[in-house]
Amino acid sequence: MELLNVRSLNKSYGAHVALKDFNLSVEQGLIFGLLGPNGAGKTTFIRIVNQIIEQDSGQILIKGEPLKMRHVRNIGYLPEERGLYKAMKVKEQLLYFGQIKGLKKQDAKERITAWLDKLDLSRWKENRIQDLSKGMAQKVQFIATVLHQPDLLILDEPFSGFDPVNAEIIKNEILELKRRGTTIIFSTHRMESVELLCDHIAMINQAQKILDGPVKTIKNEAKTNRFRVKIIRNEDRNVVPWGDMEMKEGHEEFTMDLNGRQPNTLLTELMGYGEILGFEEIIPSIEEIFIQKINESHAR
Amino acid sequence: MPGKIFLVIKREYLARVKKRSFLLATLITPLIFPTILGLFLWIALSDPSTETPILIEVVDENNAYFLESNEMYTFSYGGLNPEEAKNLVQDGQRFGFLYIPELNLERPQGITFYSEETPALSMVSSLEASLKQKIEEFRLFASGIDPAVLSSLKTNVNIQSIIVGEPGGERVSNSIVNYAVGFLAGILIYTFIFVYGNQIMQGVIEEKSSRIIEILVSSLKPFQLMMGKILGIGAVGLTQFLIWIFLISAVSSLVMGYFGMKMPQQQMLEMSGQEGLFPETGQESIAEMVQLVQGIDFLQLTITFLIYFVGGYLLYGAFFAAIGAAVDSPSDAQQFMFPVTIPLLIAYMGLFIFVLDDPNSRVSYWLSIIPFTSPVAMMGRVSFGVPWQELALSIGLLVAGFLSTTWMAGKIYRIGILVHGTKVGYKVLWKWLKDSG
Repeated sequence: MELLNVRSLNKSYGAHVALKDFNLSVEQGLIFGLLGPNGAGKTTFIRIVNQIIEQDSGQILIKGEPLKMRHVRNIGYLPEERGLYKAMKVKEQLLYFGQIKGLKKQDAKERITAWLDKLDLSRWKENRIQDLSKGMAQKVQFIATVLHQPDLLILDEPFSGFDPVNAEIIKNEILELKRRGTTIIFSTHRMESVELLCDHIAMINQAQKILDGPVKTIKNEAKTNRFRVKIIRNEDRNVVPWGDMEMKEGHEEFTMDLNGRQPNTLLTELMGYGEILGFEEIIPSIEEIFIQKINESHAR
Repeated sequence: MPGKIFLVIKREYLARVKKRSFLLATLITPLIFPTILGLFLWIALSDPSTETPILIEVVDENNAYFLESNEMYTFSYGGLNPEEAKNLVQDGQRFGFLYIPELNLERPQGITFYSEETPALSMVSSLEASLKQKIEEFRLFASGIDPAVLSSLKTNVNIQSIIVGEPGGERVSNSIVNYAVGFLAGILIYTFIFVYGNQIMQGVIEEKSSRIIEILVSSLKPFQLMMGKILGIGAVGLTQFLIWIFLISAVSSLVMGYFGMKMPQQQMLEMSGQEGLFPETGQESIAEMVQLVQGIDFLQLTITFLIYFVGGYLLYGAFFAAIGAAVDSPSDAQQFMFPVTIPLLIAYMGLFIFVLDDPNSRVSYWLSIIPFTSPVAMMGRVSFGVPWQELALSIGLLVAGFLSTTWMAGKIYRIGILVHGTKVGYKVLWKWLKDSG
């Protein structure tokens, strides 16, 4: 089922176009990656969905209804630039954010206790934010985002500022939320985190969408039909059908096009030249696809 | 939705009231005045020099001017010449000596006071007054008038002003008491607007620069956020103010009680209970004071004070919120402070130059009607008595004033809080004001 539908959204700041004829469809229960370099228009889009700013034109539907302030209460938003009241205590702060999102005081308190336990912050609940490390404050901010159990979670660069251990903890929480049916929009310019988490991605560059689809499909379409081969060549085979070889310790490596052949055919062929240590298809990473797409869109 | 404004008010209120600095400022500030007062009283009472009179040698070439010694000064007439008197002063046996040359009664000249230390101003004027009186007596004699007859003819006139047509009868008014009340109330409102207005601005800048605002405006309307902040901080101010009133009266009466004096109010209360029991002589002035203070309508004064206190704060508070939203840091805020400070300064100076001087002048009237100056200026007038029509007009305009400044500030606030790193000038503010529907 479609949770979010965005139709020809436009937004400009003076002469600067932040979003141009932007369309998007987000299925319920997926992790949706919104990728793009800094300044591409990701944050503008997120702010419009959160009703922080208004679009110049275009429409946003949530479960088929035009987006209103009451829908926003069902959104959890973690802004890229994190902010908490520094002089406020962890518990009070979470209670405040929970209550302005419409939680009852008692419910909020119970959930806060559970989350603080889960993220190992219970000891700090009476401390002020200014006494916490950056990582701990980030965790508090994460709790503030998910406390009201939103249907839609929008995370802007969720891993920035986390050390690897805490990033892993947060990643697992995100996956846990997905299992419970939360739809997650995940905005980032760091591609390495996307491949593992996202089911579907859209790429934005210079206010426009340049790519949109399930991660698997995108990667399949980006296949180049080239294979990387590791071989210990028989000494009598001096003439080989491939180009440059790299000499490695005890073996050689090269890449080769299928050129219309089946992989098995190619492999059988190669086996005649020596002992095959490795034979794998080269699949570009999301980052490589992204860079390629950006270059294409600039060339146009 | 109004529940959410309440949440914001509560947060703003508690976040400030729970701070240790609030507690300190609230407890220490009212202690400062009584402490200083107590300190001076203590110094004055324990100063030994006030107990023994100052010894002054008089060298009088006329042999006619005998100054009478009193609690402060003892005059010694040793028949010395100026050189001998000077030696006495240098030895420290006398504080100083007064030299009176042979005087021409028509034009007395050449009277000199010699001392090691510079004499206090009060000492010089006391000596001058004594000599003046003596010389005048001699001159009266010379013109054949008996000073005793003259003094029996002297009368004291005190004009008591009574305001007519007040409900509940005519009442005694006194300019000094009214002046003091107007002065205090005006200054309090002026200070309150500045101190708490600044807190609003700081708070908005904190939310803006720490980007908390992004989370807040996705849950609340910017207007709710702004109003919540203004009202919450206003409540902090009122709390602090009420605690102060309580503490100042409590501590002052303790301090004064310790030194054997009593706070005026307390005195009044005790006295008013036994009016008519005053002996005929000597107590009229106290009775009059009681009547004066009773003449002030404290209920009316308190209500008008609270209205102007809150109204003025809301009017300017909205401005401070808008300024906070337009800038990235407190130092950028300076450029926008001008339009806020100027009307407040006009009100403040107007209070001293025009309102307290003549509460019913044309300038005083306008200062107390225009919403930007009325909170300070009207408080200067109100204890002198203001027709209710004028009061109603002034309060009505003040309400209209803060509604419109809040409306305008809301527009600037809405856009400003999300704008970072842009140089914002008056032009930009005007554009925001026009653009936001």
